[in-house]
Formats: sequence, structure tokens, C-alpha cells
Amino acid sequence: MKPARFFIFVLIVTVSTALLFAASGDGLWMSKVPEKARANQNPFDSKPEAQAAGAKLFAHNCSSCHGDDGTGKNRHPSLRTDRVRAATPGELEWLLTNGSMRNGMPSWSRLPEQQRWQIVSFLKSLQ
Amino acid sequence: MSKPRIRCAIVIALACLMAFPAAMKAQENYFVTYTHHMEEPGSLEIANKSVAGFPRAADSFLGSAVELEYGVNAWWTSELYLDGQTTAKQSTIFTGFRFENRFRPLLQEHWINPVFYVEFEDISADKNILEVVGHDGIADFLGRNDRADKEREIELKLILSSNVKGWNIAENFIGEKNLAGDPWEFGYALAASRPLALAASARNCTFCRENISLGAELYGGLGDRYSFGFTNTSHYLSPTVAFRMPSGPTLSFSPSAGLNHNSHGVLLRFGASYEIPQFFSRLRRK
Repeated sequence: MKPARFFIFVLIVTVSTALLFAASGDGLWMSKVPEKARANQNPFDSKPEAQAAGAKLFAHNCSSCHGDDGTGKNRHPSLRTDRVRAATPGELEWLLTNGSMRNGMPSWSRLPEQQRWQIVSFLKSLQ
Repeated sequence: MSKPRIRCAIVIALACLMAFPAAMKAQENYFVTYTHHMEEPGSLEIANKSVAGFPRAADSFLGSAVELEYGVNAWWTSELYLDGQTTAKQSTIFTGFRFENRFRPLLQEHWINPVFYVEFEDISADKNILEVVGHDGIADFLGRNDRADKEREIELKLILSSNVKGWNIAENFIGEKNLAGDPWEFGYALAASRPLALAASARNCTFCRENISLGAELYGGLGDRYSFGFTNTSHYLSPTVAFRMPSGPTLSFSPSAGLNHNSHGVLLRFGASYEIPQFFSRLRRK
């Protein structure tokens, strides 16, 4: 295959893949949470300093989209909603780990699990 | 550029950085290896990756790449590199650009997470060593800057990466094709890293243990289509350290040790990155 044709082929594959993903989307993340993850308990539940640590992590990682007080910002959703209020700690930690990529929420698996649970502690204190 | 203008440019650049609060990045500790962690949607990361080499048979050099990384969305990250280098007793030159895209096909976290990487590069006299492929080695650094060939290349990578008990473990498999007709060349990069503390401390502190990560990278070439293998190429082992200043830049350092006679004895890598969250939203509001 000639270099120019190969380059065009790679370009077409790249753009097609992007469009394919862009065409799909749901937002039903809660229904995807496995039962085992849903039932997980927050290991920091009884530790009062976890909320403060979670607030610090939230300010560094989440507030640019969800606002300093979690009420949402620039079309990004508020976290002071019935859905978040009703969610179990396990569901929230699962969402932080996996994200909801079709809806623009990235995975925060780059944060260690302990830090994700600390953010969950803070989210629950917001409600 | 005159000295007052350079000072003025530095002051303006610093003022711009201070006007945009940075997000804390938690895992980007490597210089060569990619992980499955994508740029956050709408965020722009500005980074510099530099490498200094001191080959015995050639002139010392400093390669530097400015990296602009943008999160198009949660599963697609796009990146532009502007590369340059300085070689002692020769010249300082702009060596070219690289444009890369990374796609994450699986939209949930798994025990191992693949990412597809596609890059086009138009480059000449490159000394950044952002990957090692084919029969790359110290002999490539013996030529003069003004006699280097122009290279237009396509690079594909399969990035595999996992997070296990606070560790990030990443494996990259690289295929590169010079569009002038050279055979496919191959390379690899493996890495692991971990922050010093997994839970964040409750107080605001600059030197908290969770802000410092340690790790190591192993990377090298795998020959080409006609002579695949570990011989006649170069391999490096590099410990890495990264320090994330809260609401500030991430600073990283990595001394690489060459593992065979085709490799540089030592490469010193250092980098700084700064992430501007929701870059275009901020511009619209200003």
C-alpha cells in the first residue's frame, strides 16, 4: 500500500471510530452498577477526617466541572440531587472508578481507591 | 529575541498560569510509557519533556518537547508535540511536530484496559527519545544536525494498563512506519508506579506523601519486520519520581541507564506539566 493511501486509511479509521462512539450515549450509569459494587461499604465511614480529605480532593479534581459547592457548573450536573442522595456509597465509588464516559464523566481510576472513598465521604456530607 | 522581551514573555506566561488554577494529576509519572488514563474532557495540559544525553563519541545534547494535550471527551485525547533540540558545538533547532490521538475502546474500568494510539510525525534530527523502536541506538546521534534526513512516520501503539492496589502498571507495544518506505519497526515500554500514600491527608500540605509518586520504566526497541528481537537496538531502565504541587504544576525527574552497548550510558529526563481544567469554558467566560 502506498504511504499516502495508508495515511488516508488510518485517518478514515480514526475519524470513523470517533463518530461511532459519539453516536451512542445513554446516562443510565446506575443500572450498570454490579450488585457486589453496590453493596460495598465506605471504609472511611467512621473516620471524621475523611470528609476533610475528600473536600480537598474534590476541590482539586472535581470542582472545575461540578462547582466548589457541588451545584454544577457550565452545563455539568449538580451533585446535590435526589439521585446522588439516594445512591449508596458503593454506587458512587463505582461511578468514580468507571466514569460515565458517554456522558462526559471521566474515570477517576487514576486516584487510589482510598482517595475515591474519601471523595464519597465528602459527597455524602453535601446532601 | 532581546533580553527584556524574553523577561516580558516569561512574566506574561507565569501570569497566565497563575490566572488558571490547575487540577491535580495523579498518575502521569512516566516519560515514555502511556497509561490508560485520558485527559479530562475539556482540559488542556501544557507540558515540557526534556532529555539530556552525554554520548562519548558524539556531542552532548538537550532534547525538548512542548506538549499540548486536550481531552476531546472522556475516551478521546488529542495531543500536539512541538519538538526541538540543542546539540553542543552544533546548533539549536526546531525538529518538527507530532500529532497523536488516543482512544479508549472499553468505556468501563477492567483489570486490564486497552487504549489505541495513532500518531503522525514530521520530524528531523530528533533527540527527544520519546520512544525507542527498530534498531535505534547511539549511532543515530553521531550525525550532524544539518545533515539529518526528514522523517514522516506513522506510529501505532497498543497501550495496556491496570490499577492494582494503588499501583499503576502499564505496557506499551509500538509499531512505527516511515512513510518513505522503510519496514515496520517495533518497540516496547513497560512501567509501574505508586504514590507514597494511598489515602489523602485531611490538611492542606504541599509535601504530603500522596503528592509524590515513585516508579520505574523499562523501554527499548524490538527490531523491524525483517529482524525482530532484542539485539542491535537499545534498552533503558529508568526510575521515576513525580511531585504534584497542589493547584500547581507537576514536576518529574528520571535518570535512565542504558542496558547495552547500543544505548546511551545515562539519559537525564526532567519534565513539568500544568493542567488547565475546562480550558475553553474559561476562555468564553473571560
